Amino acid sequence: MSDLTSIIREQSATEQIAAIKSGALDARELFEAYRSRAAADTFNAFTWVADEAPAALPAADTPLAGLPVAVKDLFSTEGVPTQAGSKLLEGYRPPYTSTAVAKLEAAGASMHGKTNQDEFAMGSSNENSAFGPCQNPWDPERIPGGSSGGSAAAVAAGHAPWALGTDTGGSIRQPAAMCGLVGLKPTYGAVSRYGMIAFASSLDQAGPITRTVADAALMLEHLHGADSRDMTSVGLREPIAVPSRESLEGLVIGVPAELTGEGVEEGVAAAFQVALAEAEALGASLETIHLPHAEAALSAYYVLAPAEASSNLSRFDGVRYGNRVEDADGTLLGMYTRTRHDGFGPEVKRRIMLGTYALSAGYYDAYYGTAQRVRTKIAGDFTEAFKKVDVIATPTSPTVAWKLGEKSSDPLAMYLSDICTIPMSLAGIPGISIPCGTSQGMPVGLQLAAPAFGENLLLGVAHALERTLGFDTGGAIR
Amino acid sequence: MSAADYEVTIGLEIHVQLATRTKMFCGCETSFGDDPNTHTCPRCLGLPGSLPLPNAKAVHFGLMMGLALGSKIAPRSIFHRKNYFYPDLPKGYQISQFDEPLCDGGELGGVRLNRVHLEEDAAKLNHAGGTGRIQGSDASVVDFNRGGTPLAEIVTEPDITSAEQASEWLRLLRVTIRQLGVSDVNMEEGSLRCDANISIRPKGQAELGTKTELKNMNSFRFIERGIKAEVARQVAIVDGGGQVTGETLHFDPRTEAITSMRSKEEAHDYRYFPEPDLVPVVITPDMIEAAKAELPELPLQREDRFIALGVEPGAARTLSWRPELGDLFEAELATDGSQPKALAALITNELLKRIGDGEVTDSKAAPGSLAQLVALTAAGTVSSSGARTVLDTLFASGGDPAAIVEAEGLTAMGGGDELTPIIQAALDANPDVAEKLRTGDMKPIGVIVGFVMKETKGRADGKEVTKVTRQLLGL
Repeated sequence: MSDLTSIIREQSATEQIAAIKSGALDARELFEAYRSRAAADTFNAFTWVADEAPAALPAADTPLAGLPVAVKDLFSTEGVPTQAGSKLLEGYRPPYTSTAVAKLEAAGASMHGKTNQDEFAMGSSNENSAFGPCQNPWDPERIPGGSSGGSAAAVAAGHAPWALGTDTGGSIRQPAAMCGLVGLKPTYGAVSRYGMIAFASSLDQAGPITRTVADAALMLEHLHGADSRDMTSVGLREPIAVPSRESLEGLVIGVPAELTGEGVEEGVAAAFQVALAEAEALGASLETIHLPHAEAALSAYYVLAPAEASSNLSRFDGVRYGNRVEDADGTLLGMYTRTRHDGFGPEVKRRIMLGTYALSAGYYDAYYGTAQRVRTKIAGDFTEAFKKVDVIATPTSPTVAWKLGEKSSDPLAMYLSDICTIPMSLAGIPGISIPCGTSQGMPVGLQLAAPAFGENLLLGVAHALERTLGFDTGGAIR
Repeated sequence: MSAADYEVTIGLEIHVQLATRTKMFCGCETSFGDDPNTHTCPRCLGLPGSLPLPNAKAVHFGLMMGLALGSKIAPRSIFHRKNYFYPDLPKGYQISQFDEPLCDGGELGGVRLNRVHLEEDAAKLNHAGGTGRIQGSDASVVDFNRGGTPLAEIVTEPDITSAEQASEWLRLLRVTIRQLGVSDVNMEEGSLRCDANISIRPKGQAELGTKTELKNMNSFRFIERGIKAEVARQVAIVDGGGQVTGETLHFDPRTEAITSMRSKEEAHDYRYFPEPDLVPVVITPDMIEAAKAELPELPLQREDRFIALGVEPGAARTLSWRPELGDLFEAELATDGSQPKALAALITNELLKRIGDGEVTDSKAAPGSLAQLVALTAAGTVSSSGARTVLDTLFASGGDPAAIVEAEGLTAMGGGDELTPIIQAALDANPDVAEKLRTGDMKPIGVIVGFVMKETKGRADGKEVTKVTRQLLGL
């Protein structure tokens, strides 16, 4: 194992940045090490890898010191293929860069690759990618989770020090959990969505997938902020502190009965209990709470997200960019139909149909209207809960990563994978997944959620638990 | 039954392009006639990941329109997405307003308004070959310069009862908006566009008939002709025992043919839902005050003010609906305010005749000279017919009215003595007219007046000629 490989295996992004700043590590050599690892990636984690390091890497005195970052292919990157896992966008190179990527670059990060994902972020296994499924570095026969599967696999494999992902119903937290990493979905509005290809606008949030909680905090500090280009962005109310909390003395952790019982796999439940016991050992007290409307969350989500998606994906019509497929009949309708028929995968089509139906005249109130009311109730459940508890803990996913193909023919089983993460998305509150052990040799994630804008609290608690849980996030790096 | 046995009900939907510097949801400049696709950006092209940003000036203009039209301003309104596929709609939806518009209700010139809301314009499609419509064209290209231009949509209640009223009312709306300065309201350039919802019902029937929607008539003349043609079509259907079907129609101004664009069954389901990329538009009292502060005097208010000055209602309307004439009137009135009625008449009859299809600025009359001419007429210095001659000169080359009267020998003639021989000559030259007049039938008096005017080069006063003629004939 070369020196660089052992650094990649053993050091977090934060530590690598410090090493560059101290002169112990050469940014260009490190970039090239990650770049060549990404180029040689066998997990299909990348859809694009830089040919070489940029002529001028950001200077060592920038906050992120030129450290590489892998970016989910959902983010528009000027001149670099941005295909969102879709055949329809094959070869599309945007003329502009998303705010999230631009902010990371401005802070001194350097993008070395774009990562694989479920098409338009619709999926929980990364199998819905037009560019092929991505494999889990912990076990290549298993899925890495999704939709930010490529980002998680890239970091877990040591092909990126950290990665940018997006989360609509769990797409950062769930793959982070399945790949033994830290994944943070910030409060809705904390990070600009400008340039991030929309799946469900009222739910989509960008966030970090990292090796450590401190890395997640560092990336978030350079991601968040109100953006004049996104009206729904508000930023965070205070700077993100470097997490240093060690004790959980005085902290009350709520454990929602609805998200921790039935449906949670035995091994996952066991790891979750261990994590709770560790929290108690650090001084936290546990309280069983109820989120009475959580059981309707999945149903509401699968109305709202497809409804927004059906509209957001209307722009992929073959007229201006992406793949256009002419129909033999030469008509406009024929071109639309063939383009979308050939360009979209089955899961995307399924959700467009679901969403179109939910918004149709005569059904709007019964579906979309009801789902919105459920969403309000769920947000209310969390507001009530946070009067009694400081943070809420659940397993991130009810199962560990499953075998490739195992759930491909059963969309509902796949949807259930996000049952613990969707309620937080609907409520717009932040959630973080940290590794809390293994089951069947695969990583298990612990999800912690806090009130809106409670990122510092969340990161502090996660940091304390991370220390005591002692999971080796480099365990899959070869 | 005949057309006269039916009542016509018309509601209008008017789209007005707002004269903001930039587009509704991005920073691209609004434009007309520039090279295609030179005013575009990721937002107005609907590129993946782009997000809309509302134009504050468009909201301000919307408020001005709402206030001018007597609408209730919503303290909080939201944008919706109107979903449909068309190549001129880059996002696959139009950002518009639905059940929570910026301005609710209102009224203008006796026609109630349903609402005024803000939305974005579609891009412009150009079809090569074929009929110029998408069907049968060889190729279609899209110019996104227009895409995203701010629009205000004004929807009336079905209060209009004839094609003439529709076009008359639309003129009032146009001048009102023009006066507000929020739009060019130019139908030819498409900054004012009008669709009409039309139905007929037998007189006395309470419920309205089935309506059809006539799309995009792009001139006042076409609107009137289009509505008339559609009413005639509906009358023919109902008279023939048939039923009007709800559909969207296209009027071809060249052939006057009305063709169906789509039936009710084919109507789009727009799947409106709240635009998640935007936050609600919250209108503060300060914003309303700022809009109020910029409201000018509106045409109907000006009309009332002119009438109060003693101007004839018809002239008052002309002056206020053609603001440039109203401005001229007020400027002249400022130099001599003694004869508002005569001044208004001079401008709206005589001056307007000379302007024809041209502009007010075609007149070379110096400031104040029209008011002077009116004063000379009122003082009897020049006859009304002489005044017309003076106006010819003022219009063509300007000058001082009194000097023109002098130079051209147009000083009004006195009464009897000077006129008597000329009138006598006129009677002698027209014995049959003289005979009729003697019997008390004054109809042919115009012949005598005309003769005298010709002889005196218009210096005579018509009333005086009539008076002297009667005296001469012993009437």
